[in-house]
Amino acid sequence: MTTNSTITLKIDGVQISVPEGTTILKAAKNNGILIPTLCDLEGLTPYGGCRLCLVEVTGSPKLFPACTTPANSGMEVTTNSERLKNYRKMAIQMLMSERVHICAVCVANDHCELQALANQLGVDHVAFERNFTREPIDSSHGFLVIDRNRCILCTRCIRVCDKIEGVHTLDLKKRSKNTEVIMDLDEFWGDSCSCTGCRKCAKVCPVGAIYIEGEAITQTKNRDVAEFITARRNRK
Amino acid sequence: MNLSDIQKIAEEENEFQRAYKYRINVCCSSGCVPFGAFKVLKAFDDAVKEFGVEKICKVARTGCVGTCSVGPAVLVDPGEHLYQCVTPENVREIVQSHIVSGVPVKKYLYNNGGYFRKQQRLVLRNAGKIDPTRIQDYISVGGYFALAKCLSTMTPQGVIQEITSSGLRGRGGAGFPVGQKWGLVARAHNTPKYIVANLDEGDPGVFANRTLAEADPHAIIEGMLIAGYAIDAQKGYIYIRSEYPLAIEALQKAIVQAKSMNLLGDNILGTQYKFDLELRFGAGAFVAGEETAILVSVEGRRAQPRPRPPYPANQGLWNKPTLIQNVESLANAPLIVLNGGTWFKSFGLPNCTGTKCFSLTGEINNPGLIEVPMGITLREIVYDIGGGIPNGRKFKAVLVGGPSGGCLPESLLEAQIDYDSLKNVGAIMGSGGIVVLNEDSCMVDTARYFTDFCIEESCGKCTPCRAGLARVKEIFDKITTGKGELNDIGVLENASEYINNASLCGLGQTAPNPILTTLRYFREEYLEHIVDKQCKAGVCFKNESAEE
Repeated sequence: MTTNSTITLKIDGVQISVPEGTTILKAAKNNGILIPTLCDLEGLTPYGGCRLCLVEVTGSPKLFPACTTPANSGMEVTTNSERLKNYRKMAIQMLMSERVHICAVCVANDHCELQALANQLGVDHVAFERNFTREPIDSSHGFLVIDRNRCILCTRCIRVCDKIEGVHTLDLKKRSKNTEVIMDLDEFWGDSCSCTGCRKCAKVCPVGAIYIEGEAITQTKNRDVAEFITARRNRK
Repeated sequence: MNLSDIQKIAEEENEFQRAYKYRINVCCSSGCVPFGAFKVLKAFDDAVKEFGVEKICKVARTGCVGTCSVGPAVLVDPGEHLYQCVTPENVREIVQSHIVSGVPVKKYLYNNGGYFRKQQRLVLRNAGKIDPTRIQDYISVGGYFALAKCLSTMTPQGVIQEITSSGLRGRGGAGFPVGQKWGLVARAHNTPKYIVANLDEGDPGVFANRTLAEADPHAIIEGMLIAGYAIDAQKGYIYIRSEYPLAIEALQKAIVQAKSMNLLGDNILGTQYKFDLELRFGAGAFVAGEETAILVSVEGRRAQPRPRPPYPANQGLWNKPTLIQNVESLANAPLIVLNGGTWFKSFGLPNCTGTKCFSLTGEINNPGLIEVPMGITLREIVYDIGGGIPNGRKFKAVLVGGPSGGCLPESLLEAQIDYDSLKNVGAIMGSGGIVVLNEDSCMVDTARYFTDFCIEESCGKCTPCRAGLARVKEIFDKITTGKGELNDIGVLENASEYINNASLCGLGQTAPNPILTTLRYFREEYLEHIVDKQCKAGVCFKNESAEE
């Protein structure tokens, strides 16, 4: 897919040239325009699930996720209109109210991407009824813990386990609001025979859903791990 | 096998059928089977033998006649005498009077001429007339002639041109021009190319595709063969719901027969063209009918949509160019090839050609499967074809487009059936479901019900659809239990608009349609629920207290 040709587009009025095949998100980022993201992570396959990076493209009534949409020649992209700002706030509120997100008693407090985005986007209240799910916490593994009540189903853990570690211990079960991250064939984490205990899932989790027991969160979270390993692997 | 062989089969079959003076077509599709269609079929077989008329009267098992509310339906030719609610007990009487003495039994006849008058049957041309389990039946009415015409006299480009000129638009709901889509896949550079026929019809109350597959499976196969020739694909998949056992059986039989006649496989009709077909069964996920989710499911993975671009026309199944088409669109293709695009344009509207199958259900006198020309009004469907509302109740709303369609009030009954007009009033063509509601239905509850369906069927990938719809449902729960507040309407509206615009796939994008349209056309009902704490239809508060 990679070609040497360059294409030019406008993002928020700024003329930008990028190699063909670059996503809108990267094109913007390389030029200092930051589009909020949650499920996307450098080094992992783009997912397009959280819908925070939606942008407007002039001439289309639809919104496009910047993380998966390739930049096209002549595109005019708006990343921060009032409408998009409102939509992002709405997404955060929906995620906040979906499961249990009480920052004060969360292991990831102050190191949580959802919390940071809520701050950054100015979400000061949640318009919806909050749900307090009571999924049991799985701490059967020696040190990895999953609290599904805090999960926002970004699937970073699944993708890092599959693509970077190459194990695919983690996957999803059920659908709709009942979707859950599972280990192997829905077993306790401690019983999983495929998990290598590499901790990458805990490192990339944007919230406090997967963490390491007894370890400081500052030490655990290393969200650049996927990008780092991918870059090393691609080094010629 | 080549064209002349097909013609020979058709002639032989026609001659064989002409030997019979009468033909009794017993509808054995999913609508009539629960009423005992197979028993009726056997009773006819026995009765014909008993009266010794088996030499002049052929008893055939066929697909849907269209009058699903009065099953089992039996069509006696010549003359298209349609008997309704036939039971094994009155079979002898019908055979004795109609076949032996030549006098139709008036009291059992379906006497609602209006039901068929405004219909035009193109896709369902053979439904109820041919035996879907016999390929000879299909060939005798001109089946596979279009394929032979393509292979012998048309270039792939020519086929695409013919389809394009017909103006046929995708019948899966979005209405993308079919010819243009074929052209996109044909021009894609990568090989091999694939075709996926979408028969994953998951909407409650919708059964048009099922009926088509049960009644005329070869039309779907021929459509795929033509599409395969046009886009240079050699492999096709029919993705069908496991919940459709009769349709699966019909298609399986049809595929075996087509293979045995060398209409599928290598060197089709003596040419270089080869095409193979496989069935794939859905595991009960509504979302698997979505264009990108169906691909993942055919590949054997969890049915979750992915963002487009890349479009399936360039990167579909196993990242190869793939044509995804609803079976109804495919079944139109043989007709267009055979009669030409200009002929097809004589049906429907100039900018929206052809016909569309609808499953007509709900509070209506003549529910069933109908096929109407584009441009017909909703009023004609509800009153002329559907025969109005039973039991003297008053019409309230019509839900067009399945669970993610729009609820339209009486004032919009003049709206035309075509992609753009429906979109303008907030409904969609969708999979072709029309549900009629009478005054006993509460619109708030209706919107809640369909939201519930979409929540259940959301794949869980994107935030608006997974988290958003569930929040919306909570607001509905508040309103329908008397805990609603006035600002809930605003929250509903904002959330619905957000879900509509921000969701990843068609399921989420259209899921708020019932909410948005009921808020638009039946706002006073929401206010009644919130301010007066009452439900005039008597649905809401009563139900909840009973549950609690």
